[in-house]
Amino acid sequence: MIEDEFGAYHALTESEDDHRWAFGTGFTDALEGVDTGVAEGIDGDALAAYCLMLGDDALIYSHRLQQWITRAPELEEETALGNIALDLLGQARMLLARAGRADGTGRDEDRFAFFRDEHEFRNVRLVERLDQDFAELVARLLIFSAFRLALFDGLRASTDPVLSAIAEKGVKELTYHRDYAASWVVRLGDGTELSHRRMQAAIEVNWPLLDELFTPHAVEAALAGVAVEVGTLRAEVEAVLDTVLATASLDRPDLAPMAKLRGLAGRDGVHTEALGMLLAELQSVARAHPDATW
Amino acid sequence: MVSTVTAARDIAAQVPDPELPILTLADLGILRDVREEAGTVTVTITPTYSGCPAMREMSHDLRHRLQQAGYPEVIVRTELSPPWSSDWITEAGRRKLAAAGIAPPNPAHRRVAGPIPLTLTVRSRTIACPQCGSLRTAETAAFSGTACKALYRCVECREPFEYVKEI
Repeated sequence: MIEDEFGAYHALTESEDDHRWAFGTGFTDALEGVDTGVAEGIDGDALAAYCLMLGDDALIYSHRLQQWITRAPELEEETALGNIALDLLGQARMLLARAGRADGTGRDEDRFAFFRDEHEFRNVRLVERLDQDFAELVARLLIFSAFRLALFDGLRASTDPVLSAIAEKGVKELTYHRDYAASWVVRLGDGTELSHRRMQAAIEVNWPLLDELFTPHAVEAALAGVAVEVGTLRAEVEAVLDTVLATASLDRPDLAPMAKLRGLAGRDGVHTEALGMLLAELQSVARAHPDATW
Repeated sequence: MVSTVTAARDIAAQVPDPELPILTLADLGILRDVREEAGTVTVTITPTYSGCPAMREMSHDLRHRLQQAGYPEVIVRTELSPPWSSDWITEAGRRKLAAAGIAPPNPAHRRVAGPIPLTLTVRSRTIACPQCGSLRTAETAAFSGTACKALYRCVECREPFEYVKEI
């Protein structure tokens, strides 16, 4: 037993072949041992761009959730947020690794996460904003996870076996994320006068970013059978949101979508100013010490 | 004399999980396949959750133990599909969990057609307290120290405990 416990930590304590999960440790293959060949008839560049879209959503949002660590109202919520962020980071790692194989460049997840500039990120703008309070956190987590769950549920049928497998796994995780967010939105919306007011305000802050989630993109159009047509997800996602809002005694906002820049938005690399500041933090160590190993 | 593949499988099966060292990879149901061909052992494992940080340690530990046992060439493959289910935890694994004070998972929900149902209230599961056996237990947090567990408390004996979530 003691020997076994020692054995379990062997990899952590062994010095000559160190593979810890952090920048510069060589721990960079989230798809080790997975067959990542691109099937005949699938456009590798489009597949890579699509993986970046889905991977960047998870990467950037995971970072925003991680920023809540040590700031959550209760230890239990901090643990929940840490676990949700970890699930999303895991999804991001596999998708970014898939992108590097699909486009033939062989770039690894670190290359994508730490050495791309703002305009090269393909995430939706919903994930960029810094939450101002816990109500904003759960409002966005609800919208994000309701959307991503519907998307991944559809992606299970993708003709790309790697995307399909990532989605099949992610569906189980996202179901928990969505339930967690929804139960908090109900608790706060249906709580005191103060919590209700702040929850309503938090829904309204995030609502203008909802429309972008369902805007079709040329990359998806180029990947028939591989990618999900996001427009088809709208009814399902809005039905979920409507159910949660009604249960929480919250009003569905009637707000115009956030303006785009000459028709371009997050999926085209056109972001809100919040992303630049987020990336400055996310990428600071890797950029200051690009050749670091430890 | 056992065949080499059986011996290799036994070694791989006994590798402990880094997060729950009371369980082996076989107990947890994440060891999918062990093959031996021309002196090369190929082990296939599957992650419990996408972000499971233990995958690398498992892979490293598998390679190390098999090499120690005289298999110099070891390949560890990851298989994502079908995704791991808590239903794959073996009977032995469930007994070890309970003995360690961790409630083993209930059967995972069977997926039915149509949109994935939304759960707006605290999940009402029937979970026996691993300390006193009482069924009067309540979820205190949907997530615990690892992504695979929820936090519970026993209303009877008042002890908090962890529950491996059904997925």
